[in-house]
Amino acid sequence: MKEATAQVASLRVVQAGPLALVEDGGRFGVRHLGVTQSGAADWVSLRWANWLLGNTLNSAALEIVIGGGLTLEAESDTTLALAGADLCAELDGEPLEPGGGFRVKAGQRLVFRQPRNGLRAYLAVPGGIDIPEVLGSRSATPRERLGGHAGDGRPLQAGDRLSWRGSADTVRRLPPSAGASDTLWGDRLALVPGAQIGHFSGPSLYRAFNAPWRVDDRADRMGVRLVGPTLQCQLGSMVSEGIPLGAVQVPPDGQPIVLMSDRQTIGGYPRLGALTPFAAARLAQCLPGQVVRLEATSRAHALETHRRCLASFC
Amino acid sequence: MKGRFRIELTAMDVFMVRLFDTIDEGNMPWLLAAERGLREAFGGDLIDLVPSYTTLMLHYDCLRLEHGQARERIERALDRLEPAGTELGERHEIPVWYDPSVGPELSRIAERAGTTVGEVVRQHCARDYHVFALGFAPGYGFMGLVEEALATPRLTTPRRRVPAGSVGIADRQTAIYPLLSPGGWNILGRTAVPLFEHARRGEPLLRPGDRVRFVSIPRDEFVRQGGDTTSLEEAR
Repeated sequence: MKEATAQVASLRVVQAGPLALVEDGGRFGVRHLGVTQSGAADWVSLRWANWLLGNTLNSAALEIVIGGGLTLEAESDTTLALAGADLCAELDGEPLEPGGGFRVKAGQRLVFRQPRNGLRAYLAVPGGIDIPEVLGSRSATPRERLGGHAGDGRPLQAGDRLSWRGSADTVRRLPPSAGASDTLWGDRLALVPGAQIGHFSGPSLYRAFNAPWRVDDRADRMGVRLVGPTLQCQLGSMVSEGIPLGAVQVPPDGQPIVLMSDRQTIGGYPRLGALTPFAAARLAQCLPGQVVRLEATSRAHALETHRRCLASFC
Repeated sequence: MKGRFRIELTAMDVFMVRLFDTIDEGNMPWLLAAERGLREAFGGDLIDLVPSYTTLMLHYDCLRLEHGQARERIERALDRLEPAGTELGERHEIPVWYDPSVGPELSRIAERAGTTVGEVVRQHCARDYHVFALGFAPGYGFMGLVEEALATPRLTTPRRRVPAGSVGIADRQTAIYPLLSPGGWNILGRTAVPLFEHARRGEPLLRPGDRVRFVSIPRDEFVRQGGDTTSLEEAR
């Protein structure tokens, strides 16, 4: 019954910003085909955006990078929610507080300007953006031409339309427990050391976990380069092997690259280990120039923190 | 293969199962059997399993399975492993138009090998290649090993745009680009076989364990198969 009466609601892209992609929790079970994981770079904020509307937590939402004038016009009365970065969003000129649901009337315009805190904002719609899945996910991967609102992985362009069929009656605010899983704060990135860590020189390991690392402007959904002291590893190039989310690989120039949601499926550089899933989401919110620190953590402790983060959505 | 593998911690919820240290065609039956055995052992607790030349990376659901349980399952699955039979893989014949306009490194490879372009093509088509691994892009199969004389290192500066269907060589490996992408392999020619369309449906044409034989075809045949003759340098 509900489906028969569900109305299609939509947003029209009036002006595209630098980068906005439809993303969900990611594309799993297909990495053996050479297909990347994809999905929201800050998976924690994606979940909060969906939580605010009572959606399934990994529903497809819009990942907005930087803002840069992205302008969306509502084509019907609806409820939307924002989480993640504060990109100075405005609704018809009125500032919107990040981290909450809000009502929108047909014809109203939503504009994203520039980052005040964080890099990626997540805009959720009732029930999730309604587009077909490609290989089990709605996530857009431009490099692979898969998924997203157009089905070919491309980012939003002026004239595009995002639509959905769900409805949300309540407008939620973030609970105090959300602070425990806030990806916008802190400079420490927890890393679980991997099997190749013993091949790095002692001084390199000391530097890796004690020096400040600057987030480079060579950073995207595939990988984020960190600039700091040069790390030395006895292993040169290796036989390519699978790459997990957050892997901190060190190419011959000694400057680490953290591999993110759109990383290649296999690769052959030695690795210090892998950031925890939460730390990878935190890094996805760091602007170029920001300073971060790598902090070794045990697998067991990482899992405990991960479970606590997931529990905050209950 | 009791005791002949290592299980390494790779991330909070990821193990690397290391079966071999070097690339070898003889690895394939073991890797294929291990992939099958691990999928069976983990069932719905598996998030992703990424086989490569010598390893399988196993990402399990850490909310449903304890670390120790996951490790035990890997050990049990591999302890009783028998190599897969050779009947597993398929054999594909891939038609390729070898021409300098779509394969600008034909002459570079010929020069290095001290032979003619025609001989390079003949040698590239003269043997079956094993598909070792999928990666880099959807449906991109790493194949080998090519004749030692044709082995050519990657370009010093990768190209920003390598068109779909381009067939390349890097050292002793060969591959086909499923879709337009950046790349540093030496390009010899182009095929009209739609690799990406297969991959997009989740049914890649080439899978690890398959064998591939390239077949040289003339331009008009390539066109008849729907091939794009835009030269590599003009590709957009």
